[in-house]
Amino acid sequence: MAAYIWRRLVQSIFVLLGITIVVFCVLHLSGDPVQLLVPPSASQADVEQIRQEMGFNDPLYQQYFRFLKGAVQGDFGKSFYYNEPALKVVLDRVPATTELAVVAMIISLVIAIPAGIISAIKRNTVLDMLIRFFALLGQCVPSFWFGIMLILLFAVNLHLTPTGGRSGFASVILPAITLGMFSAASITRILRSNMIEIMGMEYITVAKAKGLTRFSVIMKHAFKNALSSILTMIGMQFAALLGGAVIVETVFAWPGVGRLIVQSITNNDFMVVEATVVLLAMTFVFINFVVDILYGVINPRVRMR
Amino acid sequence: MLKSLIHSKTGLLGALILVFIVFLALTANLISPHNPFEQDIVHKLLNPVWTAGHDAKYFLGTDQLGRDVLSRLIYGSRVTLMVAFSGTVVAGIVGVILGCISGYYGGRIDAIVMRIADIQLSFPFILLALFIAAVLGSGLGNVVLIAGLCCWVQYARMVRGEVLSIKEIEYVEAVRALGGSNMRIIFVHILPNIASTIIVIATLQMARIVLMEASLSFLGLGVPIEIPTWGRMLAESRVNIVSYPWHAVFPGVLITLTVLGVNLLGDWMRDYFDPNLDV
Repeated sequence: MAAYIWRRLVQSIFVLLGITIVVFCVLHLSGDPVQLLVPPSASQADVEQIRQEMGFNDPLYQQYFRFLKGAVQGDFGKSFYYNEPALKVVLDRVPATTELAVVAMIISLVIAIPAGIISAIKRNTVLDMLIRFFALLGQCVPSFWFGIMLILLFAVNLHLTPTGGRSGFASVILPAITLGMFSAASITRILRSNMIEIMGMEYITVAKAKGLTRFSVIMKHAFKNALSSILTMIGMQFAALLGGAVIVETVFAWPGVGRLIVQSITNNDFMVVEATVVLLAMTFVFINFVVDILYGVINPRVRMR
Repeated sequence: MLKSLIHSKTGLLGALILVFIVFLALTANLISPHNPFEQDIVHKLLNPVWTAGHDAKYFLGTDQLGRDVLSRLIYGSRVTLMVAFSGTVVAGIVGVILGCISGYYGGRIDAIVMRIADIQLSFPFILLALFIAAVLGSGLGNVVLIAGLCCWVQYARMVRGEVLSIKEIEYVEAVRALGGSNMRIIFVHILPNIASTIIVIATLQMARIVLMEASLSFLGLGVPIEIPTWGRMLAESRVNIVSYPWHAVFPGVLITLTVLGVNLLGDWMRDYFDPNLDV
């Protein structure tokens, strides 16, 4: 197990290194990164001075190592807009996004697990068709539109929830449903096909033949085995959630990391954009690392690979 | 093939939806009741004809600048389809070439390409798209480029896997023994065999690209503001959403329909060409 954890750790570190390379390269895609890093009001002389001070005249590899060194030490430069270190600006927004993502994940699991199981055991019934239809729809509806429709219905017409912002539990419900919808749809589809596959296996027939109750066969024997695949899905879905948060937070004026990145792009505050991208990608790598370790605990065969 | 499509109700539905959207895009200049760019300030902010506060001249109403919503919706299909098709093709070309090289030659080049793919998959897709869009600025070409940069990985991985298994089959061995060049083996003997797989992936990727373009336009980072797009229309409708909720409804319905159409067709294609394909 230790060897497995070690191997995954080394892999994760390589991916993190890769992420810094990608961010660095994308920043240079524009041709002149200095233009992105200075406030729009900066004069030509200022730009030249910053270019010199920040070392943009140095060879690319030197610039990259400086960037990497800063990233490792948590130094992403200073935000022009907030006049604070970029990392601090981002970290201040992390709790809001975490709250949103966790509630969204819970909502999507609460919907997807029963839906997936019912859909599998009631295969080809009207109920199954309905669940499959909604699962497909959930993957087709753009989240920003779904969010706006929810606001129209529940906040504007029924006055049940606030239209946006972060103020107590009522305010997290709509954004979390919006964010969780896509994950719920994906998890339902995967769980359904896994359950159908498992229900056809011999050990399920044996369990049935032993005279176990239907509930016990489904939950203890079939679902327990489908659980490990859901776990990997959850890891992948967190990526979708972190990415989706960018849009959902904008729609609901949720003061999280996602909204911050969109605002910072509008404000031309590139230090913050850079810090946010690196931090979100790091979070994602970390979540996947944890999921892989958990997966190794549940399923010892994985460790051998 | 057509027979199978007609028998598959969902596949047929998907195809019909897409035919409808393509029809809108191709005939936009003929069927639009108004010029989508023309501003009629006297008639700004009108509701659709079935609600109070409408003008019979504008079937779905007008936006905050007095532009005809129906015409803008029809023209919006052009951008969606343009970006979807060219983005899919660009991503496909990059992905297929890298996947072929990776799978065929193996070794160090394979390791590098696959590591890049891993790193890219460790980015939330929309975050990467947003980041590149922020750096490059808005523009139709940029959106296509972003689609290409963000979506090549799925092709490359799948193609690499297929090439790895095909290159071991005897007939490839035979071509090599007859003196066929590597290029000839890849293009004439391997690629045609995996064409169906590539088409299936392309269809499923197209759905993601449609959503990506709409999201970027919604955030104001996609196509330039002057060009009508569904994502942009949705974003603009939010300002007056309480009084004019319908303006927010239509673009979303069209985006959903398009993605649904592409997905339904993609699912059918997968079942038709390659039921065991895991995408």
